[in-house]
Formats: sequence, C-alpha cells, structure tokens
Amino acid sequence: MSKILEVNNLEIDFHTYAGEVHAIRNVSFDLEKGETLAIVGESGSGKSVTLRTIMGLLAKNGEVVNGEVLFNGEDILKKSNKELNDMRGNDISMIFQDPMTSLDPTMPIGKQVAEVLRIHNSVSKKSAMEEAARVLELVGIKDARNRLKDYPHQFSGGQRQRIVIAIAIINNPQILIADEPTTALDVTIQAQIIDLLKELQTKIDTSIIFITHDLGVVAGIADRVAVMYAGKIVEFGTVDEIFYNAQHPYTWGLLESMPTLETNTKRLHAIPGTPPSLLDPPVGDAFAPRNAYAMQIDTEQEPPFFQVSPTHKAATWLLHPDAPKVELPPEIARRREIWKKMNPETKKPQTTEKGAD
Amino acid sequence: MAEQKKEVLVSVKDLQQFFNLGKKDEVRAIQDITFDIYRGETLGLVGESGSGKTTTGRAIIRLYKPTSGEIMFNGKDIAKLKNGSKEMQEFRRETQMIFQDPYASLNPRMKVKDIIAEGIDIHHLAKNDKDRDEQVANLLELVGLNPDHATRYPHEFSGGQRQRIGIARALAVQPQFIIADEPISALDVSIQAQVVNLLKEIQEKRNLTYLFIAHDLSMVKYISDRIAVMHNGRLVELSTASEVYNHPLHPYTKSLLSAIPIPDPEVERKRRPQPYDSSMEEDGQKRTMVEITPEHFVYAAAGEVEGYKAAAAAYNA
Ligand SMILES: Nc1ncnc2c1ncn2[C@@H]1O[C@H](COP(=O)(O)OP(=O)(O)OP(=O)(O)O)[C@@H](O)[C@H]1O
Ligand SMILES: Nc1ncnc2c1ncn2[C@@H]1O[C@H](COP(=O)(O)OP(=O)(O)OP(=O)(O)O)[C@@H](O)[C@H]1O
Ligand SMILES: [Mg+2]
Ligand SMILES: [Mg+2]
Repeated sequence: MSKILEVNNLEIDFHTYAGEVHAIRNVSFDLEKGETLAIVGESGSGKSVTLRTIMGLLAKNGEVVNGEVLFNGEDILKKSNKELNDMRGNDISMIFQDPMTSLDPTMPIGKQVAEVLRIHNSVSKKSAMEEAARVLELVGIKDARNRLKDYPHQFSGGQRQRIVIAIAIINNPQILIADEPTTALDVTIQAQIIDLLKELQTKIDTSIIFITHDLGVVAGIADRVAVMYAGKIVEFGTVDEIFYNAQHPYTWGLLESMPTLETNTKRLHAIPGTPPSLLDPPVGDAFAPRNAYAMQIDTEQEPPFFQVSPTHKAATWLLHPDAPKVELPPEIARRREIWKKMNPETKKPQTTEKGAD
Repeated sequence: MAEQKKEVLVSVKDLQQFFNLGKKDEVRAIQDITFDIYRGETLGLVGESGSGKTTTGRAIIRLYKPTSGEIMFNGKDIAKLKNGSKEMQEFRRETQMIFQDPYASLNPRMKVKDIIAEGIDIHHLAKNDKDRDEQVANLLELVGLNPDHATRYPHEFSGGQRQRIGIARALAVQPQFIIADEPISALDVSIQAQVVNLLKEIQEKRNLTYLFIAHDLSMVKYISDRIAVMHNGRLVELSTASEVYNHPLHPYTKSLLSAIPIPDPEVERKRRPQPYDSSMEEDGQKRTMVEITPEHFVYAAAGEVEGYKAAAAAYNA
C-alpha cells in the first residue's frame, strides 16, 4: 500500500482572550490509499481541528506552530488559496460535523449539489442537475427529483446530513474526510451510508478518515483507529488491536463506557473528572488526574509511544518494562480473551520505547 | 419508575403536522400520532431519519401550530393557549427542549453565561446579579464544564461542549418536562455516559419527565422506561423498553434492531441486517394503534391484529 497523506508533528494554537489554547499538541499519522482510518476520542480533543487543517480550513484565530501535512508528497499547509480551492471538494472533500453550517440556507439543495460538480468539471447545468438528483437518491433522499427546489430548512437533520454527504462524494474524491457523518442518522440509514462509502472505496480506492463517537460504527468500518485525548494521539492500531488489545487507560475508559443492549446497571460507567484545560496543559500525562492506574511518573513526565506491535503503539507508562502489572477492568479483560483466541501463538507483547514522540 | 400510580403528564391524540398545507409541495410530516407520557418517566422516541420525531417534539412544545389533533399537558389543552398569555409563559418555562444541533441552537454573539441565564432572566428566577452568576456556575459544574467557561463564546467550544451548554440552559429554568432531541449524539461515549447519568440523576431529584429522541438504540434502551418507534410520519410500535427490544412485533422495529452497530469488529464482520419493505404501509388499509398484549401497541390494520397476537404469543412460548 502507498501513503496518500502524512501528518507530521502537527501543533496548533488558538489565540483567544483567555490566552493561547494548545489545541493540537504534536500529532502525527499517515493514511494509506484505500483504507479507512477512524479517529475517536474525547469531545474537544482536537479531532475536528486536525481534519479542518488537512482541508486548509483552520479558523482565523488558529496558528500552525509546527508540522506539515503531506498530500501526495506536497505540503498542504504551503498551498495558495487557489490551489486549496482546486483541491477542496475535488481531490479531498469533507463532510462537516454540522450539516447546517455547510449548507447555504438561501439556496435550493439541487443547485447546491450540482454547483460542486460544475466548479470542478465542465458539464451543462441540466446534466449537473440530473447527476445531483442521482447522487441524492443514492444517499437515500426519497423522491429527490421532486425535492431539488426545496431549501435546507425543509429537511430533517438526517436528510440534511445526507445532502452534505452527496456534495462530498459527487466528485469521487481521493480522500474523504467525514466528521461524524452518521451521528444524525438512524441505524438503518447509517448502515446504508456506510455501505455506500465502502462501495465508493472499492470503486475508486478512496481513502476515508472517519470521526465518530460510535464505537459500533468504528468496529464496522475502520481498518485502523487513532484514539485522541487532550490534543494528542494516545493510541493507534488496527481495529482489532484497539478493540481487543487496547493498552491506554483512556481507551479502556471509552470501551467501558458503552452501554450494550444488556446493560441494566443503575449508572453507566463514565470516566471520572473533566478533561484538562488546553490553555495550560498539565505536565506529564494529561490523562493522569482521571486515570485510576496513574503512577508517580505520570504527573512528572509525558509518556512516549511504546510500540506494542509493528502496527500498534500507545503512549502510556503502563507499557514501560518497569511498570507494575495491573488488574484490567472486567470489560477489557473480556476483550483480551477474544484477542488471545484470535492470536493463539502471540507471545507476551514485546514493548519497545519509540523515543519521545 | 414506580409501577403503582401512573399519572399522565402529556397526552397526544391524533396529532397531524403538515407543512406547506394545500400546496404542491405539501409534506405530511406526522399523522395519526397518539400516545401518553407519564409523569416521571422517560419515553424514548426512535425511528427513521425524517420520520417526524423532531416535528413531534416541536409540535408538543408549540413551536408549530398543529394542523390538527390535541395536546394535553397537565390536563390543559396547550393548543388553545394564546401566545403571550400568562399560562403560555408558564408552559414555556415548564417545558424545555434540548436541541439536536448544538451549533445552530446557540447564539454566537452571546457569552456562555448569558446563553445559560437567558431563561433565568426571562422568568425572573435570579434575586440579583450575584445569585445569577452563582446559578450559572452551578449549572456549568453540573454539566461538566469549568466556571471559567462562562465568559467565552460558543465558537470557542467543541461540539460536545456546546451540547452541554444547551443542557445547562434547559435546566436553568427548573422545568418539569424536557424534550431532548438527540442530546448526546455529538458527545464522546464517556461524556455521553456522564450526561445520561446526569439526566437520570436530575430526573430522580426533581421528578422530571423526558421525551428522549435518539438514534443510539443501546443508549435509548438504557435510559427509557418505554419506547416509541416511528416510521414515515407514524408511530408504529410503543411499549416498555424491554418489550420493544426483546419482543419486537412491527417489521420496521425488527429491521431497526438488526442494524444496531456493535462495538466488536468480529461481530460486525458477520452482521446481516434485516431489510424492511415499506410497501405494506401504502396498501390503503386503515391502521390504528392496537394493544396487542398489555401495554404493547402496534400500528396495525384490522386484518393484521391476529398475526401480531400470534407473533407475541410465540415469543412467550
Ligand atoms: N476557533 C477556536 N478558538 C479557540 N479554541 C478553539 C477553536 N476551535 C476549537 N477550539 C478548541 O480546540 C479544542 C479542539 O476542538 P475540536 O473541535 O477539534 O474538538 P473535537 O475533538 O472535534 O470535539 P467534538 O468531539 O466535541 O467535536 C477544543 O478545546 C476547542 O475548545
Ligand atoms: N419546515 C418544514 N417544511 C417542510 N418540510 C419539513 C419541515 N420540517 C420538517 N419537514 C419534513 O418533515 C419530515 C419529518 O422531519 P423531522 O425533522 O421531524 O424528522 P426526524 O424524525 O426528526 O428526522 P432526523 O432523525 O433526521 O432528525 C421530513 O420529511 C422533513 O423533510
Ligand atoms: Mg468535532
Ligand atoms: Mg430530528
């Protein structure tokens, strides 16, 4: 496989009245052609900011302090506005978290979808409108032909989201960035959209970056998963490694918080406490104050990445050879059992320190 | 919820809400909607995207004038209340909505503390500025935000943080009835759990009643006493949470349940969703909510009742 996108050592600050918000604190990852990378993590951990930066859409009060974003080898952060405009909606397109702000409330939806096609291709108005109707039907807008002249407010939340998806895929992009594209959808339509994205992927080898809070969706769509906390990636691995062999206590907390259809406890498990202020990020491991497994060193020094397998790494001192052995939460222990059955021959994880990230 | 005395707080009868009435592009958003919500319970509302869940919620809090039908709240027909009347004002305080869209629902030019205190001001619920600031600080803490967030503006917050601001705003006026329209779908799972725990806790403390609209069926099952399923503008099934999940009768409910994504890659690789053929809805037969087994209602035509009864009996066999 070849790398289509590489994000290296990205650091982003926001200038606010209260001071500098260190929103992205040294994030690196890559994306292979044709793969689906899911990004999960805490609200406010920097998922959307990272992806907006890839699109060249950082907010005005934001500043890239360090890092590069290589798309087919070229640094997106160095591109001119014209180059970015050519790229957006064509080579790379994004489905935004909030459908209402990415649709123009004063323009009929048919025109909005058709326009994206016409900006990047020379097609007649009429055939662009035809194509718009076709793609809208494809994403599940019933009777799309008769609703082309309707305005965004005349559609339900989920329908608007599907219109946004139609706009994002109409030009068959090389990279599709989807920021919670299915949270507003019911599970049957969500399944349809996911199938549609997978189809697009097999047809034109699109790479997908998918942000979602729904770990069920991640389990169904992702090849690899990045877990973010407080402006950093804290764990990265294949979908099986993250779901069955997670190493970072924050990832454990996420997996434990999901209710299943069988859950009937009085309270759901929730990670205690609140995320740190990024105005003044803590010394050491940012997750330490909320981490039942935190050790002295967590409050003093930031953990580097420890390599668990060639495809799996996690930034937690628990992986240091000198760390004490901990008792896993029951849900994580259950998942480890599945992991053992899947990989009967694996030895104990040979962790190696990857140097301070 | 206590089993003994079920007091009806909200009663909806034959509610219809059409848009662009009589025009070429008329949309029959909801039809034949009939259900009760008991005081102190959580009624979960799930269903197809575009099936009319938000419209139902908005009609109940009188954001729309219903095309027809009746909405009783605390025994009063709220469809008859006049805008600006004292009773309408009281109703506006007693019922609050937490919106689906955390971006569009917060005024970008207002500071967080003024957004949260808007209702406190309208309904004169603060003794003085100090009291107002204290109430805001308590609410921020209650929803897991820092007091120093009070002076910031909405655009400085992530999606999840904004949704918590919306929840704090709704709670500020001490309502009896809250319609939560996908209040947690923008949150990460751990904060979802926090918010759901929070909503439950406040419910117990203040005997609140919730209409909880959501797509995450595991969460809906967890939080709801009863669940209503909507499809294509109609309620198709209504029963206790465990009945709907363990003994679903309507084919749309079955299809919906089969599509729930499970946080387990192995299970996901093997999953086979059950498609739903909606053509049965267009066969022209008259359907109403029929009680198939006690407290378990299905939207059925006369000729379908026996079949549903047999299916229900088969579950218990
Ligand atoms: N324009 C801005 N000015 C100041 N701070 C900002 C701005 N945009 C984002 N932030 C801050 O940057 C951090 C990361 O925000 P981001 O939107 O990327 O979070 P997220 O991971 O996408 O969260 P969610 O899951 O809630 O959408 C947050 O703490 C947020 O408050
Ligand atoms: N103001 C409006 N004018 C015209 N049609 C509308 C309007 N508001 C909603 N509709 C239509 O009414 C139907 C029901 O919409 P509603 O927003 O209630 O759905 P929903 O069940 O909340 O869906 P979702 O899960 O996607 O939020 C949809 O077909 C929608 O297009
Ligand atoms: Mg986001
Ligand atoms: Mg809705």
